[in-house]
Amino acid sequence: MTAPENTQNPQNAENNTDFAIEGHGDISVGVKGAGASGDGSASATRITPGNALRPEDIALEVRKGQVKPNEDVAEYALRLGDDGLILAQRLGHWISRAPELEEDVALGNIALDQLGHARSFLTYAGAAWDKSEDDLAYFRREHEFRSAHLFEQPNGDFAVTIARQFIVSYYQFELYKRLTGSSDQTIAAIAAKALKEVDYHRDHSAQWVLRLDGGTEESRRRIVRAFKLVWPYVEELFEDDELTARLAETGAGVQPSSLRADFDQLTGEILAEGGLDEELALERIPQSLGGGRQGKHSEHLGYLLAEMQVLAREHPGASW
Amino acid sequence: MIPNDSPTDHPNAWPLWEVFVRSSRGLSHVHAGSLHAPDAAMALRNARDLYTRRNEGVSIWVVPADAISSSDPDSKGSFFESPQGKDYRHATYYTKSEGVKHL
Repeated sequence: MTAPENTQNPQNAENNTDFAIEGHGDISVGVKGAGASGDGSASATRITPGNALRPEDIALEVRKGQVKPNEDVAEYALRLGDDGLILAQRLGHWISRAPELEEDVALGNIALDQLGHARSFLTYAGAAWDKSEDDLAYFRREHEFRSAHLFEQPNGDFAVTIARQFIVSYYQFELYKRLTGSSDQTIAAIAAKALKEVDYHRDHSAQWVLRLDGGTEESRRRIVRAFKLVWPYVEELFEDDELTARLAETGAGVQPSSLRADFDQLTGEILAEGGLDEELALERIPQSLGGGRQGKHSEHLGYLLAEMQVLAREHPGASW
Repeated sequence: MIPNDSPTDHPNAWPLWEVFVRSSRGLSHVHAGSLHAPDAAMALRNARDLYTRRNEGVSIWVVPADAISSSDPDSKGSFFESPQGKDYRHATYYTKSEGVKHL
């Protein structure tokens, strides 16, 4: 695998202030410095952001030379980061458009969780090639993205978004659960943080699958249609290749196929509750060719990237 | 005439829930706001998404808004003004008796 090409570096290196996010600053309350973002000043009456692994902490470790992924781990982190990034961009489109205000915020929260995972993975991946998360997100071209096809599929109606999220969250849960035991400490730490969030995404999407399934005739029709639309992209998530085989051997990663049995069982339980499984006959739905991990994408990704990248490319180094 | 936009005009509108959040162990649940949700399970999830995004809580209650009986704002006088001036209902009204320790 080659490192992503990058002809343009939007930020010059001297420009980087310690680890604070450019333009946003450090959000910690009362405590300065990486990793010390709350506990010391926690009290019953004062809200603190809490103490958890942040992309800025990883960026700091990278800059200090404390962590650096090898080529395989970097490529793996790129895949995981791209999955999250592309899905976050898709989900963000729901903001102001969801059927109810409450759901608007729920989908926005999930989008931001995914973006957070993506930032951590891409920051870590970039360390191998001396690139920042922004270099990777905004200055790679379509064929350099390593996300699976499911993540770039259009939002469709609410049911399609929920069906896609249902598959993604059950897949990511099984993946991150195993990656908490990764031999790569940074991958393990990112997975541990992401796992709790993805667990909630599972619950959110499962609740909605059950309600759409058991709701009205119309909601049932829509969730059935939704699963038929997105299920063809399931197989690709569980495909092994040379990279995952090497990573599974070193213990840094897992073979995607090893997640399939648990994924099938847990999603199957939800789908069986209202009889959706019988109506869908999922095993008979033909599967797409995939290819996202090699940079071969569906026609949808280009448009998504154009929208996501235009500002950064038009005004390199812009901050707000 | 202003159209009446009450939920009864929209039979499919989600009911209103009141949200109470406990910010940390040892404190009580405090009313945080309200939201719409189709049922209690989703109301809890919406409450989590709307009212604990910034680490505000460790526990949530949701209550159907129509299950709460509230005092009549028009009866403020008869309801709440009676205790005013009754300073003998406060401990500070009384002088300490001689020789009483630990008060």
